[in-house]
Amino acid sequence: MTLFPIGIFQYALGGALIGIAISLMYAFGGQLVGQSTFFSSSLSYVSRAKYFQQEKWKLQRNWRFLIGIGTILGAVIFVMTMGEWFTTRVQWWRLFLGGLFVGFGARFSRGCTSGHGICGLSSFSLPSLIAVAVFMSVAIIVALSMKSLGVSP
Amino acid sequence: MKLHYLVGGLLFGFGLAFSGMAKPEIVLSFLQLTDFGLLLVMGAAVLIVSTSYFLLPCLMRKPIVGAEFVKYTQPFDKRTVIGASIFGVGWGISGLCPGSALASLGMGNLPVFFGIAGLFLGAYIQGRIFGDYSTSSK
Repeated sequence: MTLFPIGIFQYALGGALIGIAISLMYAFGGQLVGQSTFFSSSLSYVSRAKYFQQEKWKLQRNWRFLIGIGTILGAVIFVMTMGEWFTTRVQWWRLFLGGLFVGFGARFSRGCTSGHGICGLSSFSLPSLIAVAVFMSVAIIVALSMKSLGVSP
Repeated sequence: MKLHYLVGGLLFGFGLAFSGMAKPEIVLSFLQLTDFGLLLVMGAAVLIVSTSYFLLPCLMRKPIVGAEFVKYTQPFDKRTVIGASIFGVGWGISGLCPGSALASLGMGNLPVFFGIAGLFLGAYIQGRIFGDYSTSSK
């Protein structure tokens, strides 16, 4: 058994690129940014609910939208320069249900894999460390349970 | 236009795609404990971001465009643990997280529209029912 059956190159370099991206935005804007807030701030364009009509969303929704669009286009550039188009084999109901829980949980706990996982750990935030330990443990238990129930991939 | 956010997003998405994290299968292979690459992605990113987080404020008086370097702070309360648990359930079911879902769409993964719809719906329910509009930041 090996820990990295397809090697470490793509992981280490890909992670470094993500780190450079967050560092670049920090050098320019002065703030560490994760990805999940994009989903709340973008809802302020369409929802009239009081929560989404707060001033804070109007102040940050445009630049967060740029990051979100950039993230999509960055992956397009990867495919066109050195990658291949990709379609997942994960069932649509898992994508939808998983997205629903992830969207709710990330906003409820104020961070996601990039917010708590990269920005939080990088700034030695104890709440983020706890959040990462919790979501990683729970996700491993859920993923292993689903696998043992015969759900694949 | 704050173009640095577009450039930052482009690099972020490119990096997510390059790392393989835009493929739910690869994230699931970590969560099923058959390939620990995700920890390398996180580790490499954290190494770089922590260096810039602590070093840049010493090297530059203020950010190139922004007013000041902001400390990254997170409160700790029951929402941290409950929210992270719910996040973990969803992550384990799907292998999707917010950034990887967006990058996955960029790789032409059309079924991930279901995931992105779920992400928006989850964020909507959170804001609509549990959203706190008395606090100022975040």
